[in-house]
Parts: sequence; C-alpha cells; structure tokens
Amino acid sequence: MAQPPPPTAVIPREAWEGCSVLLDVNDGDRLAFFRLTPGATVKIGDKSCSLQPLLGRPFGSLFRVGPDGLLPCQDDGKPRDAGAAQDETRDNRSLVDNNTAQTLSSEDIEAMKREGASGDAIVEALIANSSTFGNKTVFSQEKYKLKKQKKYAPKVLLRRPSTRSICETYFKKYPARIGFMRVDTLSLLLSMANVGAYSDVLAVDMVGGLVVGAVAERLGGTGYVCSTYLGSAPSSIDIIRMYNLNSEMTSRIFQAPLSDLCSLKTSGDAPGSIQGDEPGVVPDESFQSSLEKPSDTEVSDGNAQSTTAQPIDIEAPEPATDEHLNQGDISMPDCKGSNGNSIAPKAPRAGKAPSPERMKYWGEHGFSSLIVAAPGHEVESVVADLLPLLSYSAPFAIYHQYLQPLATCMHSLQVSKMAIGLQITEPWLREYQVLPSRSHPHMQMNAFGGYILSGIRVHKPDPLGARVQEKSSGATESMLVSL
Amino acid sequence: MMVPLDPCNKPTSQRRITEGDTVVVYERHDSMRAVTVSAAGVLQNRFGVFRHADWLGRHFGSKVFSSGGVGGKGGRKAGGGFVHLLAPTPELWTLVLSHRTQILYIADISLVVAYLELVPGCVLLESGTGSGSLTTSLARAVAPHGRVYTFDFHDQRADSAREDFEKNGLSSLITVAVRDIQGEGFPDEYSGAADAVFLDLPQPWLAIPSAGTMLRQDGVLCSFSPCIEQVQRACETMRSCFTDIRTFEILLRTYEVHEGALKSATANEASSEGSSLPGKKRKIRSAGEALDSSQTSSVIARPCSTARGHTGYLTFARKSVHGSQTGAAEVCPTS
Repeated sequence: MAQPPPPTAVIPREAWEGCSVLLDVNDGDRLAFFRLTPGATVKIGDKSCSLQPLLGRPFGSLFRVGPDGLLPCQDDGKPRDAGAAQDETRDNRSLVDNNTAQTLSSEDIEAMKREGASGDAIVEALIANSSTFGNKTVFSQEKYKLKKQKKYAPKVLLRRPSTRSICETYFKKYPARIGFMRVDTLSLLLSMANVGAYSDVLAVDMVGGLVVGAVAERLGGTGYVCSTYLGSAPSSIDIIRMYNLNSEMTSRIFQAPLSDLCSLKTSGDAPGSIQGDEPGVVPDESFQSSLEKPSDTEVSDGNAQSTTAQPIDIEAPEPATDEHLNQGDISMPDCKGSNGNSIAPKAPRAGKAPSPERMKYWGEHGFSSLIVAAPGHEVESVVADLLPLLSYSAPFAIYHQYLQPLATCMHSLQVSKMAIGLQITEPWLREYQVLPSRSHPHMQMNAFGGYILSGIRVHKPDPLGARVQEKSSGATESMLVSL
Repeated sequence: MMVPLDPCNKPTSQRRITEGDTVVVYERHDSMRAVTVSAAGVLQNRFGVFRHADWLGRHFGSKVFSSGGVGGKGGRKAGGGFVHLLAPTPELWTLVLSHRTQILYIADISLVVAYLELVPGCVLLESGTGSGSLTTSLARAVAPHGRVYTFDFHDQRADSAREDFEKNGLSSLITVAVRDIQGEGFPDEYSGAADAVFLDLPQPWLAIPSAGTMLRQDGVLCSFSPCIEQVQRACETMRSCFTDIRTFEILLRTYEVHEGALKSATANEASSEGSSLPGKKRKIRSAGEALDSSQTSSVIARPCSTARGHTGYLTFARKSVHGSQTGAAEVCPTS
C-alpha cells in the first residue's frame, strides 16, 4: 500500500509576534495569558520583564530571570533525584523547629542580590548555611531546594494555549468563570457530542467561551459552531481569544439569539419563509462578505460584544494575574482591527450573525451536535427548545454543575420520547505521583468536575401516523430508557 | 460514513438510509449492534424480525417496528417490537465493535484526545491497534487532512481492524501496519513528524525512546497501562527526554433517574402500598398517579450501584524542547 507523505505541521510549535501565550511561573504557582505584542511585559517578583525574548522560542521552553530580563534556561531545569529511595535511612527524629537552622540573614541575601549574585547562587548559599540540610532525607532536601529556587530563582515556562491548557488554567485560577468545568468533563462533552471536522455544532456557552473555543479548535477551520444565547445580549465568549484561532477557524464561529433559531422551526420547513424576514438577522450579512469587511458591518452586534468583553478583564480577582489579558491589544483585538497578528491579517471577528442562507441550511438540515453549558440555568426548557434544531440521530451533551436540573431534564426527555440513549454521567479524575517506590494518588484532588446528560435525538414519527403502534409499545420504551 | 471527509457526506436531517449504509441498531442503552443495510437483509432480535427493506429511505434516528406477527421473546407483545436506527459515531462504534482485545472506553478516549491536543490535520502514531476503538476516535480528531498511523504486531488483528476502518469509511485517515513496536520501534520515516504518540503496550518503556524520536518538539506522548508497575517503569524511561509527566486515572459514575414519590414522614401508613421508591418496573406516569396528596412526587437521581472500577492509568508526557534548541538530537537515542 502506497503511503502518502505525512501532512505538514498544523500546530504552531514556536511563539510568534501577536500570538497568545500561557506563562507558567514556578511550576503552576502562577498562570497567566499574554499577547506577544512588542510592549508586553510580565512582572516576576519585583521585576518587570519584556516578553520579547519569547519570540521565536519553542513552546515548552523554560526561562529564568536574568539581570536584563527573561533568559532561556540552558540546562533542562529539572533537578532530578537519583532515586535510591529504598536505601533512605535518614528520618526527621533530630529535626527541631526553632528557627535557628538558617544562619544566612535576609540582609545577607539582599547584599548578595545587590552584588549581582544569580538566584541559583543564593539557593546554593542558603543550602550551605543551613545546619539541618545535611540531615534531611533526600526527598526533603529536594523539597527544600525547590522551595528556595521558587523564591530566589523563579522559572517561567512558555506554554502553548490549547483547550487542555486553557481549561486547566481557568479551572485552577478562576473555576467560577467556566462554571467549574474540569478538563476531562469538557473532553467528554466534545466526544459525546461527536464534534469533529465539518460538524455543525449548536452550543449554549455560558462558560465564557471555553466551549465555543474548544469546538472551534476541533473544527479546525471546517464546519460551523453557532453559539446561541437566551436573552437579548450574547453571553461573553471572550475566552476564545486565549486560543490561537486563525482567521479560518474564527470565521466558523457565529452567534445567534435562541429566538431566531427557534423561529426556524416554528415558521415551518417552508424554505422561503426563513429568508429575509427574520427579525434578528442582518439581511446583507452573508458569510462571504463578512470576511472582506470585518469591521464595518453589524454595528449592533459589535456593541454587544464590546460591552460584554470588558468585565472579564477588569474583575481579575488575584494579583497573580493582574496582567491577565491586559497586555497589548488582547483585550479587544478583533473589534478594532488593530492587531498585528501575522497569521490572521484580516482577523474576521468571531461571533458574527449567521447569514440567512446559513440559517436556512440549519433549519433544513439540522445541527449535527448540541452542547449546552449553562451552569447557572434551568436547562429543561432550553433543551426542549434546542433539540428540535438537531438533525435526526444527532448526539447532544448537556453540562451542569448540579444534578437535579439534569435529572429533571432527562425525565422530561424520556416522557417526550425525543431522545434515546439518555445517560447522566459524572467523571472522576485522579492524578498520581509516580516515583520509584513512592507512587500514590495525589494527596489533594479535585472532587467534582460537573455532570453531563448525554443522548441522541431521534426522529419522532408523525403523531397521527404511528399513534396506534406507539401506544402498544409505550410501556417497553419507558422501561428501556430509564436506565 | 462515520467521519465526514468533506461537507457533502455529513449526516443531516436530509440524509436517508440507503443500501450499503452502516446503521447502529439501538435496542436499549446496553444493547446495540452495527448492521450493514442491504435490501434483502433481515435482522432478528428479541424484539422481532426486521426487514432492511423497510428501513430504506428512512431518516437516521428513525424508530422502526418489527414485521407484523413475528413477536419477540420474553412475553413482549407480538408485532410491537421496535428498534431505533442510528447513524454510527465513534462513541457508538465503541459500544458495538467486536472485541478482539480489551478496548478503551469513552472516558479514557476523550481524555486521551484532549491531552494529546489533537486537532484536524495532526499526525499521530499508535501502537497497538487492538480492536480499533480508540483509533476510530483519533481518526475523527485529526480528520479531514490528518492521519493516524497505527501498528499492531498481530497480523490477523491488523487485518480485522483494517476491514473495520474500511467499512466505516476511515481508510484515508488511518493506515494500519503490522509491526512490533516494542521490538523495532516506529519506522524511521515518521521521525520528527508526529504531533502525538499513543502507546498501549505491555512493556511501554521499550517503545518510549522511539516515541521520543518520532515526536515534534513539545508533542505529547500518552501511555496507557493497567498496572502501576508498568507506569512506574514507563515514567522512569520518560524522564530522559520528556517533561510534564503526569499520570491520571479516569472513571465515570453514571446516575439513574426515576420519578419517585417519597413517603411523607408525617403521613399515616394507609398510603404506603401505592407509593414506592422506584423499582425496576417503575413506569413513567404523569397526572393521576402522581396526585397522591400527602406525597412529594418528584424526579430523583442516584448513582448506579455498579460501575467499572479500573481501566488503566494514563500517563502523559511532553517531548522536552531543551536540547533540540542547541541542535543536539542526542537526548533521545532510539533504544
């Protein structure tokens, strides 16, 4: 069998001017997103460092703070213990906590710093002047070193923002903004909803854009994701700016009010009725034209976007991410059309209103998947409105942080017979420490990542046609679906 | 077609079942099978006899009834049996495929896809192929232009997997080859070309150096092992040229939902016989029955009492970029 050559790389492996990056300071102690603009800086300790040294560097590179800012680490940055765990005989019997073990004073350290000693040199000095260090076990020596290294020789890891790293970062730092959705839960939503290339995904994203961004990443510039919202203003999907979505991927994201989508069904399947006379659809806003003139169309939508875009930047609760999104133009990159993003020269804005043609297509063909992530909302009625918009046999996945709303929703779907394969699941994720003779689950774990109701929309026979047969088998059906 | 390769062959409400389609026949959530539709075909199950000819032209997702008169077993009413015909997806395929090996299920699969950071266009290496459960989901993740190169040392298993992929329209996304990856490593031609590598091998540490050679910088490796001793050894090997080594276990807890009337603590005994906590036979009833005065009728949920307790440990690691920066490739020698 002739094997075609492997396709060329699709994942950017090096940081470029204008891209979004995730900086991980001291092994997860601090995580923050930045836009690599010429003036962007990160504050580490009391030092403000330019991000320019990151340009062209591979994602995964480690940096340290030198006298003139960030410097790439030459070593692998990983002080590794040699193992030998079984032979450890030392213990903590002689350890007395009387705060006299360290003979180096804070003045001494300040003096060293003034003389230009490197962070690593200070750590060495601290170890040399610790009277107890030699008596510690190998493991606690390692711990001690690490603690001092974090303080005096901080390391900055350049990470590539992806669904995995973005979800993990928000879950760790701002779980409420993403509705406490853990990365394994998000992954399950995407799988259960069968999201892949050329999907037409209908999404209710009230988790800041995490779901829309993750879907757009999986679509890879094909298919469409339509983010629908309940009220008159779209819910914020600002998190998609953390993803490095290129213009093709961004152009696949649409936003439409639920009422517009619902009228696709209530107005019947007559194709003509959808076109033109939909109240919420900008008539001349077709998909193609929006690519050409991204900035001067759909003013109303633009306003909605800019008003909802603000809060996320401002309400950063921790100083740890004070620079969070505020660097350069990451806060409003697409509305102004001013970003110098090299891979998206014309940067179409995410979340345009879909064209009437697209709406008509969705009305006739149905969406191929549905994901609902409205963690603070009652979902039963929303799902009842949304399911008819799905194509027959299309899977759906509904996230919630509470069980009861999903149970109610599942029950009503069982009664209405609109869906089969209904199941409520809750993922359980445990991380392990794996070290020679010291493997065990992490002492701290997250105990809750959310619930998912999944199922498959089915074709409901004509109510008049199959009525009799339906009746006769109704009993069987209800037993089957109730798990 | 399980994974659309162009916008025209995706499943929509307009698509009807035609000759040669694979449908997943859904009896109940734990009882499904994949069937290739042919005009002369007949499916017989406990719900009766179903003629494929009756399915042609119907929507995917349709409910179809067994041919009149031929009743199912187990006291079901004659002629009343029905099934649903679903469009196949990787998730459904995992539930219906023939097990030639132990397979991965949705929880592990979805975490693997997310942590390997797969997106359309990625190149991925996998060993072993096994029954192709994970492979099918990997193919969806890299479609339409990416590729999964999967290797199994078992000739027959590779053939069966290849047939399955062919049948599901995945041949252009998946290349199956016979090769002992533990013994020989991955083929040199993929050196430095893989965005991700997945290993499900009894001795993963033998293949890890080769995996390191195949990966692009910052690419992700995943090793799946049921036993912690395997994980232990794999992690030791990974430390030489990988960073960000993390081991997880993921399980799913499922919930059962019932409409149940809980007895009121203050009500007298009289009403006890009609009410019940949901039993197996509980039917969904609205109106009348639920109006039983002193009881609180509501939808209640609880975890199912049985669950899978362990599948395996998933260890993820990122190929270290240090060393490649200075142009030295000596970090990851192939065995």
